[in-house]
Amino acid sequence: MDTAIALNGFIAALFVLFSLGVIVQRQMLSTLYLFMLHAVALTASAIVLGFALGSVHLFWVAAITFTTKVIAVPLVLRYSAGSEIYERREVDQVLTIPTSVLIAAVLALIAWIVAQPLVQAITDRPFAAMNLPTGLIAVFFGAFTVAVRREAVAQLMGILVMESGAFFASIAIVNELSIIAEVAAAVDVPIAALVIGLLIRSIHHVTGMTRVGLLAELKERR
Amino acid sequence: MLTWILLVPAIAAAVTLSSRRAAPSITLATSLIVFILSWAAAAQVEQGTVLQSFYGGLTLDAFSAVYLVLVAFVGVTAALYSIGYLPAHYSEQEGASPRYRAYWPLYNLFMMSMLAVPLLANLAVVWIAIELTTVFSAFLVAYEDRTTALEAAWKYVALTSMGAMIALFGVLVLYYAVHDAGQPVTWPGLIAAAPYLKPALLSVSFVLWLVGFGTKAGLVPMHTWLPDAHSQAPASICGLLSGVEVSGALYMLLRIHPALLRNPGVLHPQAWYLVAGLLSVAAAAFLLLQVHDFKRLFAYSTIEHMGVILTACGLGANAHELGTVYQFFAHAFTKSFCFYVAGLATIVYGTQEIAAVRGLLHRSPVVGWALLLGGLAIAGAPPFALFISEFQIVATGFAAGEYVATGLLTALLVLAFVAILYQIGRIVFGEPAPTEAEAHAKLPATSLAAVGIAFVPMFVFGFYVPPPLLSLLRQAATLLGGTA
Repeated sequence: MDTAIALNGFIAALFVLFSLGVIVQRQMLSTLYLFMLHAVALTASAIVLGFALGSVHLFWVAAITFTTKVIAVPLVLRYSAGSEIYERREVDQVLTIPTSVLIAAVLALIAWIVAQPLVQAITDRPFAAMNLPTGLIAVFFGAFTVAVRREAVAQLMGILVMESGAFFASIAIVNELSIIAEVAAAVDVPIAALVIGLLIRSIHHVTGMTRVGLLAELKERR
Repeated sequence: MLTWILLVPAIAAAVTLSSRRAAPSITLATSLIVFILSWAAAAQVEQGTVLQSFYGGLTLDAFSAVYLVLVAFVGVTAALYSIGYLPAHYSEQEGASPRYRAYWPLYNLFMMSMLAVPLLANLAVVWIAIELTTVFSAFLVAYEDRTTALEAAWKYVALTSMGAMIALFGVLVLYYAVHDAGQPVTWPGLIAAAPYLKPALLSVSFVLWLVGFGTKAGLVPMHTWLPDAHSQAPASICGLLSGVEVSGALYMLLRIHPALLRNPGVLHPQAWYLVAGLLSVAAAAFLLLQVHDFKRLFAYSTIEHMGVILTACGLGANAHELGTVYQFFAHAFTKSFCFYVAGLATIVYGTQEIAAVRGLLHRSPVVGWALLLGGLAIAGAPPFALFISEFQIVATGFAAGEYVATGLLTALLVLAFVAILYQIGRIVFGEPAPTEAEAHAKLPATSLAAVGIAFVPMFVFGFYVPPPLLSLLRQAATLLGGTA
């Protein structure tokens, strides 16, 4: 068990680093690759926990995560949003990268503190102390990505990082999620990626860009 | 029966994908079938039965039956309204290329996801249904392929998806807590487990739900997507979004309320409801004063109504029980009526700008009177259904000794009342502005019929509720109380 906890701690560190990478990476394709690595880390954590806890459900979670987020989402996004989206190399950001890193550090600290009541309440799950705060950090980082990125694909990555964060936390505490919920979650993510990808394609088609952060016509006049 | 309620719109989505010409009539027919099935299921629930289907994966109790019937009813009127409204309104738009072909399949999928919310038993799967309501309605909001419509759709998807992910964290923590307490992760399981849950888990889950589902419900300050989406989406979709979709997220917050009351370790849960509710009512009341677009006017009114429902929860069980459920109930058909009329007013004038519209009563008496009556109804004037709920909430709030919160709510309701009627008055009274209206003046018959159907419950339920329906509402209210 100690080895599993140590290995899971290493994976958690990578999970946070890849989430941070999604916030600060300037290249579009690199952002997508970092998201895929982030999903691989979630897969790895589920496998480690599956072995350590002897839970078949966690192997299902690992298989579903890998299939949907590492394989399906990039493919679906390429099909729906179109290859021209990827030709745009630079990703706009509202804040400078050092400022983003600084705010991300503060968010990580806040997430760690916020997760402590949960960690103290869940004493019967050996991996909760690591996965709960780490998952919450990813949720915060994902939300921050949506806030600071102007590019639609990068914002979508932020939303998916939030989802992965919630699942990273949950695999440590809910290793008996019903099979219906697992399958439904597996269907939900590619559908969401497909629809949002198509929306990005429409935005590109109509406005000639995918920098959704610059769309600001709708507001209440004074 | 419950399985068919979900299967029928799924089949309709598949059929309408392949048959463009018949899509409107197929959707209308299947929506009617779903409404009849939902009504029949609710009638059984009213007799004291909790319906189950699909090995317990689908279940229906009194409160979910109320929401199911509302979704099905608004689904019928919105389908009927769309048949005439879409060709009449969008064919005249220059430079727009509406997604008419995609509209009906997406409409049916959107309906299916909304119908799934009250029917699904497992809380994690309910979350997925709520997320799918956003996914399937994104292109309905962006029906017109214009920059502003796409901007609204993106804001809608991005913000509500962020909220959904925050709520997911809360759902999964609650999943652990309820499962750990030895109960199934369903609404009855949550209530049974509530007294034994660790307060920290329940409290954190609730706060995450409040932020996450609150975003989807349009609670202030996470509301910014709501007026934008409602100003850009077709009026039929606005009726669905505002009437029943945002209520779906609020449905989650209402259903967790009795669990919070039953756990002695969760301190002052009602304070959260009061603060969130009053903040939304206050912000909406002031925004109603400065609004410039009449579809945004009704969107802000939705934020106000969501706030009133949460405030009723915060005021305590007396105000909460029937008043909350009745407000939730009356909001659905009243708000969809208002958006349908707003869509017709847009056809008459070719604009949504309040400043550009004058003398609607002269230009189109039917639409003018409908808008005036709709304005009175959402403002909470008698004899309409929302008057009953708002009066009951305020009266019981004062009776329970909650003078400050109830006084504040009353003042804000009066402000919202004045603001709504001021804006509606600017539109319906006065001399008609010179516009290109003549070309747009012919109103589609199916849309007028939908307005007429939506008017019936809005008006009749203000002074008479059939005893079986009242019994169902009372049972739903009991489920939301803390002591059932």
